[in-house]
Amino acid sequence: MISTALTDLWYGFGVALEPHNLLWCFVGVLVGNMVGVLPGMGPLATISILLPLTFGMKPVAAILMLGGVMYGAQYGGAICSILLNLPCHPPHAVTCLDGFPMTKQGRGGVALGLTVFASFVGASWGITEMIFLSPLLVRAALQFGPAEVCSLMLLGLLAGSTLARGSPLKGVAMTVVGLFLGSVGTDLETGSERYTFGMTELDDGIELIALALGLFGLAEFMSSVNQVAPINTRYTNVTFKDMRPTKQDLKQAFFPMWRGTIIGSLCALIPGTGPTIASFVAYATEKKISKHPERFGTGLIEGVVCPEAATHSSVQGDFIPTMSLGIPGDAVMALLLGALMIQGIVPGPQLISQHPDIFWGLVASFWIGNIMLVLLNVPLIGIWVKMLAIPYKYLYPSAMFFVCIGVYAANNDFFQVGEVVVIGMLGYVLLRLGFHPAPILLGFVLGPRFEENFRRAMLISRGDITVFVQRPISAVFVAMCAILIGSQIYFRLKGGKTPDLEPADESKPVEIPAQLAPHHAPATPAE
Amino acid sequence: MAPTTAGRNSLQSSANPLRDLVHKRDFYAGGLMILLGLGIALKGATYRAGTLMHMGPGFLPTALGVILVLVGIAIAAVALGPTDSQEDQRILPEKPQWWAWLCILMSPVLFIFFGRYFGMAPGTFACVFIAALGDKNATWRGTFVLATVVTIFGVSLFSYFLQVPMPIFTWKGGL
Repeated sequence: MISTALTDLWYGFGVALEPHNLLWCFVGVLVGNMVGVLPGMGPLATISILLPLTFGMKPVAAILMLGGVMYGAQYGGAICSILLNLPCHPPHAVTCLDGFPMTKQGRGGVALGLTVFASFVGASWGITEMIFLSPLLVRAALQFGPAEVCSLMLLGLLAGSTLARGSPLKGVAMTVVGLFLGSVGTDLETGSERYTFGMTELDDGIELIALALGLFGLAEFMSSVNQVAPINTRYTNVTFKDMRPTKQDLKQAFFPMWRGTIIGSLCALIPGTGPTIASFVAYATEKKISKHPERFGTGLIEGVVCPEAATHSSVQGDFIPTMSLGIPGDAVMALLLGALMIQGIVPGPQLISQHPDIFWGLVASFWIGNIMLVLLNVPLIGIWVKMLAIPYKYLYPSAMFFVCIGVYAANNDFFQVGEVVVIGMLGYVLLRLGFHPAPILLGFVLGPRFEENFRRAMLISRGDITVFVQRPISAVFVAMCAILIGSQIYFRLKGGKTPDLEPADESKPVEIPAQLAPHHAPATPAE
Repeated sequence: MAPTTAGRNSLQSSANPLRDLVHKRDFYAGGLMILLGLGIALKGATYRAGTLMHMGPGFLPTALGVILVLVGIAIAAVALGPTDSQEDQRILPEKPQWWAWLCILMSPVLFIFFGRYFGMAPGTFACVFIAALGDKNATWRGTFVLATVVTIFGVSLFSYFLQVPMPIFTWKGGL
């Protein structure tokens, strides 16, 4: 089995190294890295803006580039956390705790250097995991009937909404809203129109890009406009020489790095637990097993490399369920899956065998992209930091143009630009009411497939709803759903918050932005 | 869209938990979900539901609407209990940015209008111009320069390079 995986990987490198694929992979990681540094622009908004541009490309190049944006942004987010104390992207919020103190001590360069190294190790592990686990998962998943697929999707949706940030109940509400939005348009089986209110433009459903840009573009701009504090770039002069760690640093960082990697890869295997949870758990674990936990928060290298390695290992691992089962773990994955669907590729267990170029090309491009990022990060940090000086008042109007033209270009339809306005307005109201809109996207992408499989399962079982617990594999998934809900209720009654995010904010003077809206940069004061 | 009570949700607390509710964000969050769920379910009920075995188009949406109502009730019910004092209970942010919000929402609207009747360049210019006016430090001059720069750059990228089929200038008179 190992030999087949390696042959496939070899083939993947052949695909990923084709000049135009290589070029788009490079463009992806470069853009991703840049946006990762910029506060106020997340990977979600970036991927949705770039999505229409990929329609003209081949599917392989498109997914390579969009994937590159995603993990490129993870590298950039670390820069922002360490040098500026801005948790631009939630997974890197914990990195601020020890990263910024290191910067203040003049060791920011070392922190960055080791972060890049740890990220690479974490990512490599995640990719290896993907190479060997995906085919196994696929073999199991090919046995699934509609009932199993249905309960698995239910598990994925529940995990995605309850384990994410914020209140689990609100997460479930958002998922349901997403599922509903996915059902707008012509019903696939009967051809009758649903919730179109006579607008023929809605027959094909709500446009994915309009939804994503409304929620993560427009609504985000509305919440950040005139609220972004000026950025303190006092500590951002980092040269290449500063980034070289001493032997002592390396020794200190070695084991935390591996622990973070393992934690991240375990988190990736649990559906719904993305990089954010992985990094929080990694930091808490590292603190717990440390001989001197009281020194965490004062600039310990362990507190930087462990969560960063975990983030990257989990980011790559998140691709496993997305690619092998067609069930995305979070909103970014849902968007990538949406991109594949726009290209006419049906996600699911058959993807690897039907489109080996996409899967193995993607895996190989991860490695190539990560190496590019390691090389890029060193000379480019200075440039990215200068870009931070671009005031928000120039950034968001320009982004508004990209939103408008991007949605228009998707189908050359002005109506869909109008959809963005409505969705953006609704998205902002939801944000202010304490909802996190990410699960909407998850529900939206999975919705039509969920409905299709549900109907099919019911048809096969002749309307017997107990089929979901009668079939053993499906019963396991249903049981896991029940455990998930049960544990949430249990923790709620015990008075705790979400268990996974709790460890990190015990006895910490610095506020952990566990409920931080994605890009609320000025949550923690710069000094 | 935001409830008008938001303005006076100061920290005054009373012994009556029901009156307290008016000042809790989750109460409105739950309420919104209940309304949304009701709307979905009622509209969904007008479609054919079918049987479990042969589901009609209305089955799933109606079920989703009902679930959303239940979740909404749960969210509002949780608001009855003690809440985190740290959590922000304001619905509107500390400094509401009505003008900026209006500008951002108008930006795609102007893009649609000018894009449809006058072409990509005027659409882009209007879209960026109005959005940039939303910033509290915006000046006419700065806004104008920004909009011009983005228009030149954007039109050359999307029209020439990416071949988006939208005329740069057009005139659809008579509106």
